[in-house]
Amino acid sequence: MTFDQIYDLLGMIVVAAPALLVATLGLSSLVGRPLPERVIGRAVQFAIVTGLLASLAILALMLSHGERHVPVDVGQWVHFGESHHAEHPPEEHATSYHFAIKFVFDRLSVPLAILTFLLCGTIGAFANRYMHRERGFNRFFILYAIFVLGMIVTSLAGTIETLFAGWELVGLSSAFLVAFYQERPGPVRNGLHVWIVYRISDAALLIAAVIMHHYLRGHGDFDSLLGVDATHSWPYIESKVTADQAWSVGLLLLLAAAGKSALIPFSGWLPRAMEGPTPSSAVFYGALSVHLGAYLLLRVSPLLDTSNSLCVAVIALGLASSLFAVFSGRVQTDIKSTLSFASLAQVGIIVAEIGLAGLLNWQFLRYVALAHILGHACFRTLQFIRAPMVLADYAIMENAIGDRLPRGAGGIGSRSASVTQTWLYRLALEKGYLDSILSAFIVEPFLQVFRACDGWERRWTDFLSSGPSRESDKAKIAPAAVEELI
Amino acid sequence: MTELHVDWLELAILVPLLGGISVSFLRDAGEARKWTLIVTAITFFLTVGEYFDFQWVISGQSLASSLTKDADDPGHLLSWLFGREILVVDEISAPLLALGALLFFLTALATNRTKIRRFSFAWMLFAEAILLATFCCKEPWIVIGLLAAGTLRPFVELRARGRSTGVYAFHMAIYVTCLVIGQLLIDRENRIAGGITHAHTVWPLLFLLVAVLVRSGIAPFHCWVTDLFEHATFGTALLFVTPLTGAYAAIRLLLPISPDNSLHIMGILSLFTAVYAAGMSLVQVEGRRFFCYLFLSHSALVLVGLEMVTPVGLTGAFSLWLSLGLSLCGLGLTLRALEARRGRLALNNFQGLFEHSPALATSFVLTGLACVGFPGTLGFVGAELLVDGALEVYSPIVGATVVIAAALNGIAIMKVYFLMFTGTRYVSNISLKASRSEWLAILGVAGLLIAGGLAPQFNVEARFRASKTLLEYRRRHRLNDEAAVLFAIPKATAVADETTRQPDEAEALPPLQH
Repeated sequence: MTFDQIYDLLGMIVVAAPALLVATLGLSSLVGRPLPERVIGRAVQFAIVTGLLASLAILALMLSHGERHVPVDVGQWVHFGESHHAEHPPEEHATSYHFAIKFVFDRLSVPLAILTFLLCGTIGAFANRYMHRERGFNRFFILYAIFVLGMIVTSLAGTIETLFAGWELVGLSSAFLVAFYQERPGPVRNGLHVWIVYRISDAALLIAAVIMHHYLRGHGDFDSLLGVDATHSWPYIESKVTADQAWSVGLLLLLAAAGKSALIPFSGWLPRAMEGPTPSSAVFYGALSVHLGAYLLLRVSPLLDTSNSLCVAVIALGLASSLFAVFSGRVQTDIKSTLSFASLAQVGIIVAEIGLAGLLNWQFLRYVALAHILGHACFRTLQFIRAPMVLADYAIMENAIGDRLPRGAGGIGSRSASVTQTWLYRLALEKGYLDSILSAFIVEPFLQVFRACDGWERRWTDFLSSGPSRESDKAKIAPAAVEELI
Repeated sequence: MTELHVDWLELAILVPLLGGISVSFLRDAGEARKWTLIVTAITFFLTVGEYFDFQWVISGQSLASSLTKDADDPGHLLSWLFGREILVVDEISAPLLALGALLFFLTALATNRTKIRRFSFAWMLFAEAILLATFCCKEPWIVIGLLAAGTLRPFVELRARGRSTGVYAFHMAIYVTCLVIGQLLIDRENRIAGGITHAHTVWPLLFLLVAVLVRSGIAPFHCWVTDLFEHATFGTALLFVTPLTGAYAAIRLLLPISPDNSLHIMGILSLFTAVYAAGMSLVQVEGRRFFCYLFLSHSALVLVGLEMVTPVGLTGAFSLWLSLGLSLCGLGLTLRALEARRGRLALNNFQGLFEHSPALATSFVLTGLACVGFPGTLGFVGAELLVDGALEVYSPIVGATVVIAAALNGIAIMKVYFLMFTGTRYVSNISLKASRSEWLAILGVAGLLIAGGLAPQFNVEARFRASKTLLEYRRRHRLNDEAAVLFAIPKATAVADETTRQPDEAEALPPLQH
């Protein structure tokens, strides 16, 4: 067995382990025979450990052989037309199509894959007890499995389409997990809010994917697109894409990243996501999911190098999101929301680091950003898991010192006039009114237009029917309040 | 002409036809349902047999020769009666028969006991026979006759239920009239041209275009669809729209002879409809209307793909057609099952039905996500191809518009899911669980959607061949786009194209349909 075959085998195991977990849990539920808790726990344990060991084995092999870039080409998932080659002349586009599945193990993807398995394994073990005898135990672990699969596919994706598939899986499982406690309207509304933001993000990514597939080099293959070859691998690669191309695609990718990582103006979903069970909040929104946007920017970071304006946009968005998170986080009244804003502050800094690396062409800053992601994810997971114990922890500390813990003082608010202080407090508490602004200026006008159209249609069908045309009016319908859902 | 090994086509039409006659004599609704189920199952089996037999028959041929190769039954009963082959299948229609039969089978399977007295199974079987016959025909006048006959069932039902037929009758009258006038004008131009391949003038194409737009529910001709869903039984409305007969009319009557620029009108209106209907689905406060707009948005996307007339766009449209037929039918049946339990579904209150019917909730999510082309489902590749094709033919803005429509539909689906199945705890003294037959239907749809999504190559390759078939039909007409600019040709002047016509090739080709 050659090293290439070993890499292929291990690479397939890394992806197949969570995929089989999804299939096992999903199919048993689909046929109406959900597995018992103990079996689910074992299946999760087995899948995560298998995937982790395979990832570690790949890392060990790469380190021992000095490999920095190992592609695992699964092959053409869908293809038709004349040419099967990756580099198509433009005139062939209209008659051929290729959707390749390819995974890449390099200095960016391997750490994230290992981190995913590590954190998901930890949280899986934690949730096995935390969710014990919970009504939605099986549902939680199906969503968990979909999330792990989505994270692994996204982390290791070698083509933009593969990345998109993983990205969507992460989004779907996240929305359902936020709405996990589905008997209450609050979590459900928040789940829908998250889904809407993710759909916007997904749409941006899909458009970017298709543009990359169609207009840029390599039909969506990251290696061809970013200029990876035998001597150049991430992060020391130079994209052949022009600045104009990088600007247009980069903005779409930045929009996609902003949605996924809760950057401004989509920051409102992150505290809402904390309605879900603590294990999912910990691993998904505090540790992994929230970093996916930053990861995407890291993956396409050679594109950033070609456009300074794009780098500036990335830095500005990152810093603005970070400042916003610090500002809003100071007035949050529950621990999970506070932690979520603390996460966002760090993610903003990570995004700014990525932009700075591109602007200054300091490749090592990308390692800093990657290390920042890894460290922050682990630290935040620990904090989230401890979150339900925070009052007990405070009590222990206060008992130990025999007094109340010292309260923080100072800051801009304390030095300003009381009116300004109140205004700032309200601004922070309402998260900068970002959600309200989006609702008032985008969602509401949008829905009003379509409601008006609905009214016109009603008049037209009433006219043709010579009377009221809608039987659906007889359904027990309360006054419309769709905006409340959004 | 190639022959199939068994008389699949004639049997697939005769079985539901005879079944419909037999079932119409049955008094007991339960018995009628049982026999309908058997008949639709046999029909589905026959159409599946037809599909695989067709694939087998053409598998030995080269791609070029198989593109426009039709296959007919070996029995030649109808050719003996009519003097020529009537029922034929090609790459385009071969899977549509199986899809159509499957939709009828699933609807019969998922028809709940509470619905069977209101639902006419005999008419359902007649409608199935007409639909399958439509998909088996390529001759324009027979297609038009069958398309017209297909509009009768909903009309009869609306009348029988004492509902207003104004909106439906108005639109269907336009539809049938435009089909007939358009084809009459085509025939007239063909007579003038003396059988020589030529570009058609604006008027016949315009009439046919309007007919296709009306039948496909493209704005502003879409109100009959919402009206039909308001007044007809859910099953009847579902079976009338989900096979996308309007798109079939476009393929057989319009696309082979239309210049690109006239198709662009269809594309622009379809694109607008896709976004408009997606937006409208967000503000609906009743289940059927929501489904209706969702359907309109997606069926418009299929027309967007058809209009591109490139291999990628057409492959996307054909792939999407199959996935939408299946997923929208599954979604519709799920809503129908919920209606059977709760009556008309109000969509601005949380219903919290998940605990009572998790199978229906799962079915709703799966079929809904398959509609919007979620990864891992049958619709994913189709949607991807459609966006890719839109970028090739038009601009990134058009591609982005398709993506926006899909995003809005995705939001609408999840919004309705959360409203129907979550948000509160529904208390009920009776079981709302999916019945065994409903569960089987759900499982079947889910299985096909996921299996087709995980291994899409077979389907996509076949759809690619179908796209090449359609392009080959267009090529044979040798349309000179510049000479046939829509609204630019003042009168019916057939453009003889003898100079570019290869005599030996023309003799080798089967006769053109127009």
